[in-house]
Parts: sequence; C-alpha cells; structure tokens
Amino acid sequence: MSIKKINVISRNPDQYLRETKRDIHKVQRNYDPDLHPFEAAREYKLALNAVKLEKVFAKPFIGSLTHTEEVSAISRHPSRLSCIFTGTVDGEVLLWDIATQKRQWQVQGHNGKVWCIVGAPDGNSFFTVGNDKTIKRWSLEDSDLPIDTWLCDTMVTGLTHHRYRQEFVTCGQRMLLWDVGTKAPKTSYDWTTTGDRSDATTTCVKFSPVQADVFASGDHSNNLVLYDTRAREVKKLKMSMRINSLAWNPMEAFILTAASEDYNVYSFDIRNFDNKSRVVCVHEGHTSAVTDIDYAPTGREFCTASFDKSIRIFRTTEAHSRDVYHGKRMFRVNCVLWSTDNKYILSGSSDHNVRIWKAQASEKMGILAPREKAAKNYNEELKNKFGHFPELRRIGHHRHLPKHIYNAKKEHRAIKDAQARKEANRRIHSRPGAVPFIPFKHRSVVGLQDEIPSTSGFSPDQSGGGDEDDEEEDDM
Amino acid sequence: MGKFNKMGRGGGSSNNNNNSHWNQQQQHKFKPKWMKPESNVKREEKDGVTVTEYTLSRRQLKRYAGRKVVDPKLLQKYSKGEGVVQKRYGRKNSILRHKMKKKEEKIHQAEEEAARTETLLTESSGVLEAEEGTYTAHITQKDIRNAVDITTAAKGFDLQLPFGPYKMRFTPNGRHLVLGGRKGHLASFDWVTKKLHTEINVMESIHDVCWLHTEQMMAAAQKEWVYIYDNQGTEIHCLKKLDRVLKLEFLPYHFLLCTSSESGFLSWLDITLGKEVIQFPTRKGRIEIMCQNPYNAVLCCGHAKGTVTMWTPNKKEAVMTVLCHPRPVKAIDVDPSGRYMATTGLDRMVKIWDARNMGEQLQSYLLPHGAMNVKFSQKNLLAVSLGNVVEVFKDVISGGASKSYMTHKADGIVTDMQFCPYEDILGIATYKGYSSLIIPGAGEPNFDALESNPYMSLSGRREAEVKAVLTKVPSNLITLDPFTIGQVDVPTLQEKVDAKAKLIHVKKPEIDFTPRYRMKGKSGSAQKFKRKQKVKEGQQREYLKAAMEQRDTLLSDTTDNNTKQEDKPSEVLDRFKPKKKVQKKTEF
Repeated sequence: MSIKKINVISRNPDQYLRETKRDIHKVQRNYDPDLHPFEAAREYKLALNAVKLEKVFAKPFIGSLTHTEEVSAISRHPSRLSCIFTGTVDGEVLLWDIATQKRQWQVQGHNGKVWCIVGAPDGNSFFTVGNDKTIKRWSLEDSDLPIDTWLCDTMVTGLTHHRYRQEFVTCGQRMLLWDVGTKAPKTSYDWTTTGDRSDATTTCVKFSPVQADVFASGDHSNNLVLYDTRAREVKKLKMSMRINSLAWNPMEAFILTAASEDYNVYSFDIRNFDNKSRVVCVHEGHTSAVTDIDYAPTGREFCTASFDKSIRIFRTTEAHSRDVYHGKRMFRVNCVLWSTDNKYILSGSSDHNVRIWKAQASEKMGILAPREKAAKNYNEELKNKFGHFPELRRIGHHRHLPKHIYNAKKEHRAIKDAQARKEANRRIHSRPGAVPFIPFKHRSVVGLQDEIPSTSGFSPDQSGGGDEDDEEEDDM
Repeated sequence: MGKFNKMGRGGGSSNNNNNSHWNQQQQHKFKPKWMKPESNVKREEKDGVTVTEYTLSRRQLKRYAGRKVVDPKLLQKYSKGEGVVQKRYGRKNSILRHKMKKKEEKIHQAEEEAARTETLLTESSGVLEAEEGTYTAHITQKDIRNAVDITTAAKGFDLQLPFGPYKMRFTPNGRHLVLGGRKGHLASFDWVTKKLHTEINVMESIHDVCWLHTEQMMAAAQKEWVYIYDNQGTEIHCLKKLDRVLKLEFLPYHFLLCTSSESGFLSWLDITLGKEVIQFPTRKGRIEIMCQNPYNAVLCCGHAKGTVTMWTPNKKEAVMTVLCHPRPVKAIDVDPSGRYMATTGLDRMVKIWDARNMGEQLQSYLLPHGAMNVKFSQKNLLAVSLGNVVEVFKDVISGGASKSYMTHKADGIVTDMQFCPYEDILGIATYKGYSSLIIPGAGEPNFDALESNPYMSLSGRREAEVKAVLTKVPSNLITLDPFTIGQVDVPTLQEKVDAKAKLIHVKKPEIDFTPRYRMKGKSGSAQKFKRKQKVKEGQQREYLKAAMEQRDTLLSDTTDNNTKQEDKPSEVLDRFKPKKKVQKKTEF
C-alpha cells in the first residue's frame, strides 16, 4: 500500500436531510460564482417576471362611497386616519369611515354647493364653506348644529387654515384673513392690477404646511399669487390659463404645484419665482382640465383629478404620470385626496361617488409576511435595475385607456405637432431671431406682475361690513 | 516611540521618554504588562464550575477592532468586477456620482459578505497522497476502495452490460445516471443507492443520451429521431424534427435541448414549449463532437479539419472558429467555470485553451495515442481516455501535469465518461459496460442547495422545477459574454464608423405630400403635379444640402492630417528633386 493520505467526499446524509417531517428543509448554500452561472440573464428574467406580475396584480379599485348628489369637496379628518369628510353640491356634509365604507354622520350643512371642507389643525373641529356665502365651523362630536358661523357679503369658494395660529384665509370674490375668535375678517388681500372684480375671483387658496405663514392662490384672471401673512409681500405670476387647484409639497417647502385649466400640472420653485427657472416641471398627461391635486404625505408623488374622467398619479420629478385610474362609470372627477398613511387615494366625482383606490395599483393589502416583504423589495430593486430595458419598459408603461382619453390624446398630439410645425416654418421664413425658441416649460407662463398690490388692513376696532365694502370698491 | 528617541525628536516630557526607553530595553527580559495573564483574566467558581472571564485591554481592543479582514484573494474570487470609473461622470453631476458610489459600496459589501460565508462551508475537498518514492498514479482503484470508508467504497463499482458501446450522463446534482447502449439498452438509476428507475430496450440503436431538467425525463438520440422518456421508461415524445442525431446537450438554464446531426444540422428545442427555437445547417459535415460551455451556453463543435466552432441559436454562422489541431479534433470539453477548454486531436495532443479568449493556448501535452474522450472535473482535474486506459491529470492549467494523477485500465474501450458533479467519482462507459472510479479531489465538496441539491426531496424538486421554469433565460440572451445583458451598451468603434459612413452616403428621403385643393383651375392634375414636384424637390434638396455640409465637416476632420504635409507651393524645378520615400506605417 502506497497511500499516505486519502480523503474522499463522503457526506453524511443526516447533516443534509431534516430530522423529522415537521422540520424545515435544510438548505446548504455555497456562494461560489462558478456554481451560479448566468447571473445577469437570470436576474433580467426575474425583473421581467416582476414587471409582468405587477401588471397582473394591478387592480387599484377598492370600493366606492355612494352619495345622493355630485361630490364637490373632500377632506381628511383632522384627528382620525380612517375617516374623511365629503361635501356634495346640494349642501350635505358627510363623515365616512373608510375601513368599513360606511357613513357615520350626515348633516345638511349649507344651502347650495359645499365648496370646501378643511380640518382645523387643533384636531377638534372642521370648517365648511358653502355657496350660501357662509363659513361654518363644526365640532367633531355628532351635533347637527355648527359651533360657529361666519356670514360673508361676497361669495366664498375656498378656505385654508394656518397650521399653528387660529387663523384662516378664504378666497372667492375677495381674499380675506379671518381670526377664528372674531366674526369679521382681519385683513383682506386685494390688488389693483385687475380691473374687473368678477374677473379677479379667486378659485383656490392654500397655506404652506411648512412655511406656515406663506400661502398661495389662483384666480380667474390666470394669476398665481404668493402671500405672506407677516410681510404682506406678494408675488404675482400671470399664467396663460386659469389655475384650478394648488398643493404644497409637504416635504420640500419651496415646491408649489398648480393644477391648470390647460390640462397640465405645473411645479414651481417659489425660491426662483422671479427668474426663468421657476417652473421645475410640467406634468403632462390629462386630456382635459385638471380640477384638483393632492400630495402624498411622502412628498414624492401627487395625484390629480381631471375633467377627462380619470385621475393620474405623478412622481414629483417626472413629467409623465406613473399611473392613471379610470372607471367605466366614473364621471368628471371634482376632488381628490391622498390618505395620510400613503396607501389610498380617494376621488370624488360627479357620478355621486367617492372612489377608494390603492396608491400603488399592484400593492397587496394587509400585513405582509417577512418573506413576502423581502420578495417585494427584491422585485422593486430588480425593476429599478432593469426598468429601462425596452421590453420591461413597454410592459411596465402599458395602460389600457378608455376610448375618449385615447382619442383625445391622439388629437392633442396632432395639434401639438401642427403647432410645432407651424412655428418651425415661421422660424425658417423669418429673419433670424425674430421667432425665438421658447422652451416648453416657459410657454404657459406669461410673466411676473411687478405691482405690489395695496392691501387694506383691518384693525379689530374698525370692523364693520359696510365700511369695508366701500373701501374695497374704491380700491378696485 | 523608541524611534523618536533615536532621531532626537523626543519633544514630550522627560518622564514619558524614559518610560519608552525602558520598554525598549527591558522588553526581552520582562513580558509587557498587557501580556500578563492575571491582569485580564477573572476566574470565579460557580456551583463547582470555574467560569473564566477575559477582559481585553485598550490596546488589544484596538488591535482586534471590527470584523476580521477578508483575504484579498478570496475577495477576488467573489468579485463582481471592478465597477464604474467614477471620473467618467465628471464633477458636474454630483448626484449621479454619489448614487453610483453608494451602489458600488453596496456591491462591494455583497462581495465581502459572500466571501465571508466561505468559513461556513462544511465539507472539504478530497485528497490523495502517495508514500515517498511512489506515485499516486500507481494507486489502483482496488487500493482506494480498501482504504476508504464503506459508503465511499460502495460508490466505486462495475457493471457488465452486453449491449455496448455505451453512452452515459449524470444529472446536474450528480445523483442519477442514465446509460444508453448502442444496441438499444436504456437504463436510468440512482447510482448512489443503486436503485433502478427504468431499464428498457428501445430496439433501435442509441447514439446519445441526456437528462432533461430533472431526473424525471431523459432524451435518447435513436436511429432516426430523438425520443423523450420519463422515469418509468414510458416514451413521452418522439421528436421527428430532430433526425439522425449524434450528440445531445441540454442547457439547464435555458431549457433548450441541443442536438447535432449526421447531416451537420444544429438545432435548439425549447422543452418547456416543445417548440424548435432554430435549426440550421452548419455546412461542416457530420458533427459527432459537441459540448456546451456551461458558462455561456454556447455550443462547441469539433470538426475533422481540426477546427473548433462555437454556435449560438441567434446566428446561423459560427460565432467563433478556432484552428486547434492540425489533425481531426476528437474530443472537446469546457470546464464548469467556463474558463478553460480542453481539446484532443488525432495529432496525439491535449490542448488547454482559454475559453474566454479563444486563440490563446495555455498548455499542450503530448499523449502516447490520440485521446477519444476528454473531461474536466469541477476541481479542474482532466480525464483523458486512450483506448481502454483512462488517465486523470492534475494541475493541467498551470502546466504541472507531467505525470498522470491516476490511471485506470478498463476492460473495454472507453466510449464515454463524465465526472460526477459534487462527488469524487469518474463514470466511464465502455464497450462492455459501465464502471465508476473513485478519483479523490475531483468534485466540489459543497453544493448550493438552491442550484442543485443531491439530497432533494420530492416537494423540493417540484418547487425547484417551478422556480427554474420561471427564471428560464430567453434563448436570445445566449452570447459569448453572458454578462452582456448587465453591461452598458457602448457602441463599438466599428459601429460608430458605420454610423458616420451612413451619414456620408445619404439617400434622399421620400416626401409624401398631397397638394391642397385650390380654386380657379389651379388644381388640375398637371398643376397639382407641378406643385407637388416643387415641394418635393425643395425639401430633398435641403436635406441633401445639410447632409453634404455634414459630410464636409466630417471629411475635413479626417483629411486635415493629409493636407498639412503638402502646404508648400510647388515650384517648377521640383520635379527634378529626388522623390520622397513614402514611409510605411507600422501598425501594432
């Protein structure tokens, strides 16, 4: 025998097999790259599967809350995550529990349309604004009578509450700053640049949640106006079309996003309001006027409601929508709300319904097991890694659209092309430089209005309805 | 500190200096304080058992801070590439640069963690050493069977079978074996437990056998067509598309059954769909020698002209052709990592090639005869069959294989052989049957249960089958470099040049223009045609003009160098000057 040393692979099966049937299977790993060939190609295939599965599970619609009339306003409950307030065009105000999809409370709040519902930041009450020129403050206890009522002499169409102070601003024919404790407005913000008062009716107003004293408004004369309650500094930007709704990015205080009548949504950087780089992004996609907008609490995404019977979800940095939700029976969408837990989107439409959607269309509802969570994260990462491959992109971007949106899109594309062609032709046949090239971002912005408006201050002792009116008329 | 003293840089307090000086001188006599065992060891007796507690001094803590550093060689093994050069993104895009940096850090972390798992591997590789003065090649199978434990000894066995010559194949997990005899004998069994799955005679000649993705299905290349049998020996399919097949290969990650035929056709068949991916003639004659490269799923074929060609299903021409031997090639094999290829020819040579950089021959060995079979093991042992003798070589790649590692004389001419994956076993099929030889150090001792598990349960197999089908790699991803899919698509120089050339040789565009209807006789067909021509010509002229301009700028870039030499104005008498010799450009 000339063997000095011998060792042969001889495995003891007991070390590789589970002991009893109740045990889990033993899994030996060896991460040697030679034992794992085609790493890149297999990962690609997994990414492809992930994208396909995402499409398979993309069923965003959860349920609907049926109303007796067209839904005109929707708002978060100031203290409860699972509750929302809705208002209808015949003046009803309703409290809904989303989890059970049941109505909890209902009151005939106003005579005519409920324009706006806003929860008070103290968490005990909420405000409603109606077409009957009244602002009402309601307690969260189920009482059918409001705590406070403010009567206005002009139409009020919107309200926004200061984040910390007991103050709110209403818009409409006039911009008024109110103190919750007093019955008359503290200040009014008016301007002289528009001649006709009715033309200057404000459509929307929003306090910034971060820079709490700053607020913005959009009006019928296509202005986007920035205010500051401390300095009364006003910056007014003229747009080519009216702004229907405004939303502040809750995470980036300087980003203000405006839903416009011209089918687009504009993100502004208010730090650069004076110069050309004020428009950060133009979010395209809707085929009709955008009526409402709401940010996700993460500040990464926002959703928009539109007259084209659909809602869209945009990423803040991307020009085109991440997703579009529509329903066979969903009609024009008036208002939209992103839930505070970042999971759901609610849309109120003129077909008497509030619809509940998932914010991520393919997300699995309920608690995820750790392995499910790991698989989900892995799939997300794979989609990030391979998402730009043509096959994956095609599958991931594919959306089934209703015919009217599909056709409208085609039509808008044709119109845009025709305009571009015309402009190019004009440029060719003109003196060089006569037809300047204007980037798409700047096209719908007319420019900054330099005039700082005169603001008529109200001192508390000076309050009196008639006097104010006279003053206002003089100003205008 | 001592150094500072010598160099006269002792700027600290004198006390401190003295101290260090003392340390330096006295070190050989006394152990330093921190090495004394009493200072950091605390012993207590609890219930009759002494409990020892060690406390580390600050210096020790510093010395052993953090995790153990991974051996750089090991890191190299698990490396996923050197990463993106950061400079390319420039200083401008700092966000992107930061992202890339973060990503790269994560990749490095993954590499390191993978390398650390090496310590968790339980099994060790096989070893065989001979006494001094003797060689391992003199150790016979009988000696080995006597020396090893009883379960291992049972793994070496011989089967006398009458229907030879035989072909054989192990499953990827090394648990099952299929044998196919030329005279129609087809048998599959679990060779470890010696449990027979099926044994039939197909009553036709069998040219090659092959497992499909599990041990539930096998393919046999018979006289006319390829048949697929299940574990019970039931014929599941008869693939009449694959006729007169000589060699079978199965690509497990692509689920492709690859065949080479008598008439020189190669075909790829997707077994999940039963559809043929592609079939085309190689125009190289009968293909009897074929193997797959497990690294990139490319098929390698050997030809009588001494060439080795490589084929993918995405191109009807060979993606690579290498002249390996001056005489006909007799056998090819690629090692499991896909780095090396071994070829043998009738010129009695065994050549080892770099499979990723073909054309570079690493080693060549001269054999007494032309080898008919060659096979790599997982640990890069090389088995060669010469008639009825099997020789196994070690260190063939580094060139240290002057003597064979083991030899074995079979009782018939060896027709096929394969190293069993994850075992130290070499299976050889001969004219007279099958025998399995114990070759210590051949197999990978530690398997990855998620890739291939010899101890797979029934439910585990089902699960693995489903997962494998879900990650079936599309056949169009088969390329020479399997990482093409994960790389940045940088256009090659040739592609850039072609794109430029396309710019130069422009074709005028077709213009589709329908003239608008105009009133007052201006829309007669002749008028319309005229208007149409006018617009068409105008646009085409403009396009060509722009193209010409572009061409001129392009050409001016390239011709600049040539024109510079002849800047001087020529004079009348220049013609009598001696002609300049045109310097020949030497290109490397």
